[in-house]
Amino acid sequence: MELRAYIIRRLFLLIPVLFGVTLFIFGITMLFSPIERASLYVTSARQMSDIPQLIETYGLDRPFYVQYGTWISQVFHGNLGWSRVVGMPVWDAIWNFLPATLELAIFAAPLIVLIGIFLGTQAAAHKDRPIDHGTRVLSILGWSLPTFWLGLILIMLFYGYFRGLLPPGRLSIQTDMMIHAADFVRYTRINTIDAILNLNGTVLLDAIRHLILPIVTLTVVQMAFIMRLMRSSMLESLGKGYVLTARAKGLAERVVVNKHARRNALIPVITVSGYVFAGLANGVVITETIFTYKGIGWWAWQSAVRLDIASVLGFALFNAFLFVLVNLVVDVLYTRVDPRVRLGGAVQ
Amino acid sequence: MTDWKFTVRQLAKNPLSLMGIIIIIVFAILAIFAPLIAPTPENQRDPYLIPRDGYSATPQPPSEEHIWGTTEGQYDIFYGVMWGTRSAFRVGLVVVGIVLVIGIVLGSLAGYFGGIIDEIIMRITDIFLAFPALILAMAIVSSIGPSLRSVMIALIVVSWPSYARLIRGDILQVREEDYIEASRGLGASSARVIIRHALPNAIYPTLIMASLDIGAIVLAAAALSFLGLGAPEGYADWGQLTSFARNWIVGPPNNPLKYWYAVTIPGLFILFFVLGWNLLGDAFRDIFDPRLARR
Repeated sequence: MELRAYIIRRLFLLIPVLFGVTLFIFGITMLFSPIERASLYVTSARQMSDIPQLIETYGLDRPFYVQYGTWISQVFHGNLGWSRVVGMPVWDAIWNFLPATLELAIFAAPLIVLIGIFLGTQAAAHKDRPIDHGTRVLSILGWSLPTFWLGLILIMLFYGYFRGLLPPGRLSIQTDMMIHAADFVRYTRINTIDAILNLNGTVLLDAIRHLILPIVTLTVVQMAFIMRLMRSSMLESLGKGYVLTARAKGLAERVVVNKHARRNALIPVITVSGYVFAGLANGVVITETIFTYKGIGWWAWQSAVRLDIASVLGFALFNAFLFVLVNLVVDVLYTRVDPRVRLGGAVQ
Repeated sequence: MTDWKFTVRQLAKNPLSLMGIIIIIVFAILAIFAPLIAPTPENQRDPYLIPRDGYSATPQPPSEEHIWGTTEGQYDIFYGVMWGTRSAFRVGLVVVGIVLVIGIVLGSLAGYFGGIIDEIIMRITDIFLAFPALILAMAIVSSIGPSLRSVMIALIVVSWPSYARLIRGDILQVREEDYIEASRGLGASSARVIIRHALPNAIYPTLIMASLDIGAIVLAAAALSFLGLGAPEGYADWGQLTSFARNWIVGPPNNPLKYWYAVTIPGLFILFFVLGWNLLGDAFRDIFDPRLARR
């Protein structure tokens, strides 16, 4: 009951934030002339031919607050405007490109979290020993690596030097034809999952071949962050009384570390899942651009470079809404995992 | 301040942080002496534009004339990375400097006065923090028109809220201290209390965060430049030099690593510059992480 009240209150608190987010995005659009802004309201290519009509219909020469009202009601009806780059409504473009990006995320996110937690624990358990120094250097290096450069170097080695071993793109041409054939059902449009559902080994292998480098690129930088956080959280936990008690009971060191210390050290790491989401959202733009992996990030880059404002802002808005939602879920999870967090105080 | 002495001693003790300091000093020397290391050709007005030797697309390997080769469009790589050091310092220092000022002003107002001012400023920070940073920066840059200045503006817009929040929290902590109460009792104005008493005791963590952030800011700026949203073509900028190499990652079949220099050199400059700041920052964090208090 208490939890439900907490969730409801958090949902209410989201209203001012989301209002501010939309106001800010709309404020940016006001930098443009009504003619340029017309693309924010369009849903078909045909409409674009009669811009004066659009300005008239949507009142693009009316005062700011009137226009904001018109625009926000369009957004609530799922109309984010027209994506010039791909020639379809922005909302359709997002749904069209999302599965490819999800495919990266469902592999990268668990890798980031699991490897990060494992290495962070090891570093803390062996503080000031070689593994601690090793992971430390690794994490600082990872943190300093320009993602785009790492991706290019990986292509240079695994596509160039090893002669096409791990190619860029999402699928090879032959395999791409396979998934568009009549007997291949695209349930999710996430290629690896569809390949398994269709029992098609060729597609599965080819999809994985194309996924490895983008996933490595996405993972390295983020993992470095989780690893450092896990290390300091773990060090704190190892200094606590219950760890001393567990040791005094004569438990094996492995049990003390894995059962007693790590469980408690994981709590702060949960809150970071929000950062992992943001990191992935930022990361896919660069990663997909380098590997010409046509997901939502690639589309956003194309739009940004060609100054397709409706797409860029629609993309930003979509990400902000998702991010806010992720943070809400994380906060709720946090109260479930850590009974010490009083629900009332969590807002402050 | 004993804090400073402690910090310096800790920094000198740690080989990693010492390495960080050395890296940054080397880059500072490169930036200061760029005109001597890579002299600007006489007929060129803007030293930040990389001189080009012809218009052929294919990068040329290191030679006597171009010691680190040329990249796509015959831009001299050596000249570009040397003057790019200046661009990197400028972006990092200007952005962090302005963000610090905005953050300190808004953060101390919010923390010191509390109430409705605090509420408004904090709700505004919520709005900006609702976006993944690079995505918001990208949206801003493409809206106000791609340029190095736009990149800096965008990075300022996405960075200030964390600073305002940090300062606010620390001001909130010192606000209740006796010396603040005492100076208020003596009739000091709010401005005086904030500037003379509250800030000096609250600003330290923020300054540390700022020093850590320079690397991250330069990395983000390089990413935006790489994506084609930053410096105009031919401007000495590491991110852009890397993007020039994009079409030349894989060489001809008989020599796949033929153009290695075009992508490797500018990337290494970014990596080491950011690494320098992060090594320094990592040491700072260990020294000041309250959870790993001095034992």
